[in-house]
This record gives sequence, structure tokens and C-alpha cells, in this order.
Amino acid sequence: MSQQGGGHYYVPAPSTWPITGSLALLFMGFGAALSVNRIPVGYGVLATGFAILIYMLFGWFGTVARESESGKFNKQVDKSFRWGMSWFIFTEVMFFGAFFGALYYMRMHSVPDLADVDNKILWPDFTADWPTAGPGITEKFMPMGPWGLPALNTLILLTSGVTVTWAHWALKLNKRGQLKLGLFLTFALGFLFVGLQAYEYGHAYSEMNLKLTTGAYGASFFMLTGFHGFHVTVGSIMLFVIWCRVLKGHFTPENHFGFEGVAWYWHFVDVVWLGLFIFVYWLI
Amino acid sequence: MAAVHDHDIAHAHDHHPTGLMRWLTSTNHKDIGTMYLWFSFIMFLTGGVMALTIRAELFQPGLQIVNPEFFNQLTTMHGLVMIFGAIMPAFVGFANWQVPMMIGAPDMAFARMNNWSFWLLPPAALLLLGSFFAPGGAPAGGWTIYPPLSVQMGMGMDMAIFAIHILGASSIMGSINIITTILNMRAPGMTLMKMPMFVWTWLITAYLLVLVMPVLAGAVTMLLTDRNFGTNFFNAAGGGDPVMFQHIFWFFGHPEVYIMILPAFGIVSEIIPTFSRKPLFGYSSMVYATASIAILSCIVWAHHMFTAGMPVTGQLFFMYATMLIAVPTGVKVFNWTATMWRGSMSFETPMLFAIGFIFLFTLGGFSGVVCAIVPIDIQVQDTYYVIAHFHYVLVSGALFAIFGGAYYWLPKWTGHMYDETLGKWHFWLSMFFFNLAFFVQHFLGLAGMPRRIPDYALQFADFNMISTIGAFGFGLSQLLFLYVVLKCIRGGAKSPAKSWEGATSLEWTLPSPPPYHSFETPPVIR
Repeated sequence: MSQQGGGHYYVPAPSTWPITGSLALLFMGFGAALSVNRIPVGYGVLATGFAILIYMLFGWFGTVARESESGKFNKQVDKSFRWGMSWFIFTEVMFFGAFFGALYYMRMHSVPDLADVDNKILWPDFTADWPTAGPGITEKFMPMGPWGLPALNTLILLTSGVTVTWAHWALKLNKRGQLKLGLFLTFALGFLFVGLQAYEYGHAYSEMNLKLTTGAYGASFFMLTGFHGFHVTVGSIMLFVIWCRVLKGHFTPENHFGFEGVAWYWHFVDVVWLGLFIFVYWLI
Repeated sequence: MAAVHDHDIAHAHDHHPTGLMRWLTSTNHKDIGTMYLWFSFIMFLTGGVMALTIRAELFQPGLQIVNPEFFNQLTTMHGLVMIFGAIMPAFVGFANWQVPMMIGAPDMAFARMNNWSFWLLPPAALLLLGSFFAPGGAPAGGWTIYPPLSVQMGMGMDMAIFAIHILGASSIMGSINIITTILNMRAPGMTLMKMPMFVWTWLITAYLLVLVMPVLAGAVTMLLTDRNFGTNFFNAAGGGDPVMFQHIFWFFGHPEVYIMILPAFGIVSEIIPTFSRKPLFGYSSMVYATASIAILSCIVWAHHMFTAGMPVTGQLFFMYATMLIAVPTGVKVFNWTATMWRGSMSFETPMLFAIGFIFLFTLGGFSGVVCAIVPIDIQVQDTYYVIAHFHYVLVSGALFAIFGGAYYWLPKWTGHMYDETLGKWHFWLSMFFFNLAFFVQHFLGLAGMPRRIPDYALQFADFNMISTIGAFGFGLSQLLFLYVVLKCIRGGAKSPAKSWEGATSLEWTLPSPPPYHSFETPPVIR
């Protein structure tokens, strides 16, 4: 790749990874549609699709990492990656926005509406207290308070935000030992967070009778924390991959967008958690 | 392909696989653009067959051809296929072909992801169309998939939900690619305010897409969990609300209608100056008008829900906000008209479609303002008046612009001039039959004929018969378009680099057809 004048641009050669990914999503789409309808063949189809997806992600990201390490990307490509990652994170924000919007709508609008005078004839005893499972679900449940595990999880995620920044500084100053340690701590904290969330879910289901089916509160609680937990899992895996690349000697103090992109993503899941902590756990 | 860049431009279009693998693995914006356009045309015919079946059923009162359940599936799928399968991919196809050439770039910013954006569409289409064969059939609650109907349907609904997820992923990747390409890959000297209008409209459209597609994904995910995992987002007994789905859906859905029209504005803004042989009148006001429309489109969604129950304050806000959109849209229409004013005009097929667009889209805009008025909307909600309105903006709006754009750039893409006589026939047949099919639907709607119902009262019979004749005429006219395109690809008079005398943007400095990678070295922008 010649780079005279900075005007040249890296256009990758034809690649089979995208079509592999499409095949994966074809299987996953049909598999998921069958699975949610409890048709046994669906589970296998879904798993096959997922396996192809993992294979594709390994292959595609591996290719990009190799291209980056062999110096094929110039400053302009680096800037493209930055724009791309920023807007990807923006779409993630909007995705969570839909679920936060649903939470606000139910708390501020539909639940008070169901308790107001128009609906008294239908549900005379229903009062608009949050958290609620709604007027039609009478099973008792306990809400998830903020000051136990959730507060600890907040501390864990905020700490991981510090450790990833520490690792970034170490990378910029070319202190590889601190970089490895900082990254290791970050994804370890991430997996710890996911583990504690899983424990919390178990507790909610077995001790508190708080379930996905527990009306407006249960749905918003599990969908918001569930999608967040999924994002933490993905983020932790991304951090782990970056750590492996660091161990292999990838990244330089000047050129390490792979690291930065993952760090951005990590800060994003951190910020979403703060929103969850305030609006899902605290203000109940 | 690193090695390619060291070659001369003339030798650049080698080193890529041929045959099927060329298309499956392509990282070339032109190949991918071509695939987008063909995919969209196939979906257009698919959705068209559904539309014609609907119209055939409505040719006479009573039930003749399909049963009511299947009729509902057809109306639903016609909407989903045309919106997500035909119109949106067509515009992405134009963006793929034109944006790199118009800003002086070699290709899209993320060439491999570009391939994935396209190749996600066929699996999604298989899922969506496959739902016809699922137990219970395809989704039948309207393309807006409102609960509680969509919660009660069979497995076809789940297939549609996953299809929408995949389509959303495709749109998000496509729009991030377009944003990055436009912001980061413009040739030196191509400042934002020198960009062709088509590029501007796509930049703003792409922003709308990244803003609202994830929200749609969230909405259908809640639908999925309500259907299959016992959540109560849209169930009042659990403290949720079916109307909440409408809010979330239309937060996506209203910007979506601008996603389908802004690129059309862009195409028309390229065609009108070329055939008027004058620069676009009020370029910067066009940019600001496009941005204003995009911003306003995000705060008007509840005008789709006036009859769903809403405080009068809400109705007034959404009514006035909606009518405000007429201002920037008016700026655009007047600018196009002013561009033509005292221009040295000629009327080749692209120009005919562009003028047809201005005329008919404006009519659709007027009926939109009518629908925005709350007391009238309460009367015409869910009638054929609404059907007529949005077909005026989507068929004679978006689709006419797509045809205009296709004729405009076909000589550039293929290197051949298309058959002008047949092109003009295509325009006039489309123009005549489109109005025959849809103008009468205004009357049907005002007289109270409801949409999405396979049977109707006797007094609607004459207009329905006219509408069906128009629809079949319009549908058959599109086969002429297919013939013109195929003929143009296979041969015809050689097109020079600058196919149109009055054309000015960068793509006309490249040979026709352009080289494999558009600009190997950045062009000089005056």
C-alpha cells in the first residue's frame, strides 16, 4: 500500500466473511423464530447459526487485526474507525433509550392512568404505586432495592472504568506491564459484575418472586438489566480479546484504536449502568 | 487490495473474482450498489404482486379471490416489503453508487461491512416472505404491527420480528458507512457546503436512520418478549399499555417516512438543475430545509395516533408541529421551481420524472396537511384518504424519484444511453395509471371507505373499479422499465463521460462506465 500524499485509501480485497455472517443470521433468524415457538428443531438451527457467527467474528476481526498490525491502515482509516465506533455506540444509546422510554411511560403514564377514576369500574382497588405488577397480576413480589448487590456492582463497574483508563495511560507511556494488569483487572471486574448479576437474578426468582412476568416492574427491570448485562458480557469478552492481543505484542503508543474502541464501549456500558442504578434500582 | 493502488487507474479494475463469487464477496461500492438496486426491484415486483392481488379482490364488492385472513396478510406484507425491501434498499443502492463518485472517494469507508449490509437483506427477505408458509400465515395486523393483534398472531409474526431485526442491523451498518464515507472521505477541497444535494440528503437520512432504527429494534423486541416470554409491556393488566407500542413505533415510523423521501429530494435536486442548465436555486436553504425537516420529523410522531386517545394539548402540539414541516418542504418545492424558472429546459425522461415528482409529491404533501388537522384526521383515520395520501408521497414521491434517478445515472453506470422513447412511454404510462389508481382513493376515503377490509359497500364500487384498472396499468408499465434497463445494460448508443449537457457534479468527470475504484487519486475541487 503506497501512501504518497496521504490521498490513498485502503480498500480491502473481496472477502467471504460478510456472506458467512449473513448465513449465520439466516440460521439464527429461522432458528430463533422456531425456538421461541418451542419447535425442537429450532434450537439446533439457532445453535448452528450462532456457531457460524462466532466463526465469522473470529475470522473477520482476526483479519482486521492482522491488517492493522501489518500497517495497512493510515490516519484516514483510523479516523473512519473512530467515526464508525462513535455512531455504533450512539445506536446502542438509542436502543437502550427505547427501554428507558418504556419504563418512564409505564411509571409516569400507563400505571397512573390505570389507577385513575376512569378505570375504577374495572380495577377498583388498584393504586398507582411503583413498583407494581399492574392491576391484573395479584401475585406478591419484593422489589429489588439499590443498597446491596446493586451498589456493590456500581462500585465494581466504576472501578473497572478507572482500571481501563489506567491501562490506556500505560499503553500510551509504553508501560506494557501496567497495561496488561490494568486490562486484566478490567475484564475480571466485568465478569465479576456479570456473575453478581446472575446471582441477583437467582435471588429475585427464588426468594423475591420477582420475575420477567411480574408486570410492568418485572418486565422493565429484567429487560433493562438483562440487556445491560448482555452488553457487559460482550464488553468483557472484547476486553479479553484486546488483552490477548496485548499479550501477543499488538498495539503501539501511537496506534491502538482497537483498544480505544473497546474502552469507549466499556465507558458506554458504565454510563448505562448509572442510569439503571438511578432509575431502576434507586428511585422506586 | 493494496497492490491495486500502485497501478494506473486504467489497470485498476482487475484482481477481483468473477462469476458468483464476485457478487458474494464484493467490496466494491458499484457492485454492491447494483445488487441493492436489483434486490429492491425484485422486492418491488413481489410487493407489487401483493398489491395487485389486493386490488383484484377490491375490483368488485364481495369476496372473490382471496379469503379475508389472507387479504390482511397481503396488506401487511405489501407495506413491509415495499418499505423495507423496495424503497429503502433502492436509495441505499443509489447512495452506494453515487456517494463515493460524487465526493471524489475511491469507495465506501467500510467496504467489507458494505457487503454485509447488502447480504443481510436476502436472509431477512426469506424470513419475512417465509412467514406466509408458517402455521397461521404471515403477519396480518398491518405493517405497523400494533399489539394486541401482533401479540396474538402465530409464528409468522416472530419471523417478521427477526426479519426486522436483521433489516435494522443492515440499515444501521449501511448508514454508519454512509456517514463515515461522507464525513471522512471527501476529496480535498470538497467542503460540506460544496457537496451535491444528493450527498447532503443522504447524510441527513443516515443520521435519521441511526437515530430511529435501534428504537424500532427495541419496540419489536418488547413485542417478542410480550409474545413469547410473558412480559407485560403492552398489556394493561400488567401495568403496560398497547398505546405505548404506538408511541415507540411511530417515534421510529415518522422519521422513517422522511428516510424514504429525503434521498428522493436529493435525486430531484440533482436532476432539475441538470435539465434546466442552471445551478440549484438556494443551495444553502435546501441544506437547511432538509435538516429542518429531519429535526421536525422526530417530534411529530403522535399525529399517526390522534384517534388512539391523547390529551387535547398533545393533539394541538402534534398538529402544529406537523404543519410546520410544510414550511421547509415548501422551501424545497419553491427552490426547485425557481431553479427551472427561465432555465434552458429540456424534457428527457429523468426530468419528466422529476417534474412529475414535484407535482404529485406536492399533492401528497397537501393531503398530508389535511390529515394533520386533528378534527379532519379523526374522520379520515384508517380510510382510503390516508392510503391515497401516502401513496402520493411514496409512489409518485419516493418511487418516481428512484425512476428519475435510475434514468439519470443509467448512462453513467452502464456506459450506454437508455432508449429515450421507451423511457418517456414509461413515464407517461406510470403518470396516467398512477393517478387513475390513487386519485380516486381520495374520494373513497372521504366517502368513508375503510382501509384493510376486503369487502365494501356498493356505493364505492365504481371508484374501486377505476382504481384497480389504474393499479394493473401501473404494475404492467413497470415491466417496460425492466425492459428499458435490460436493453440499456446490453447495449445502445455510447454515453460520453458527461452524459447530460447540464450536469456538473464529480461523477460526470469519470468515464462511463466508471473504473472499478472510482477515484484512485483525489480529484481537484474548484
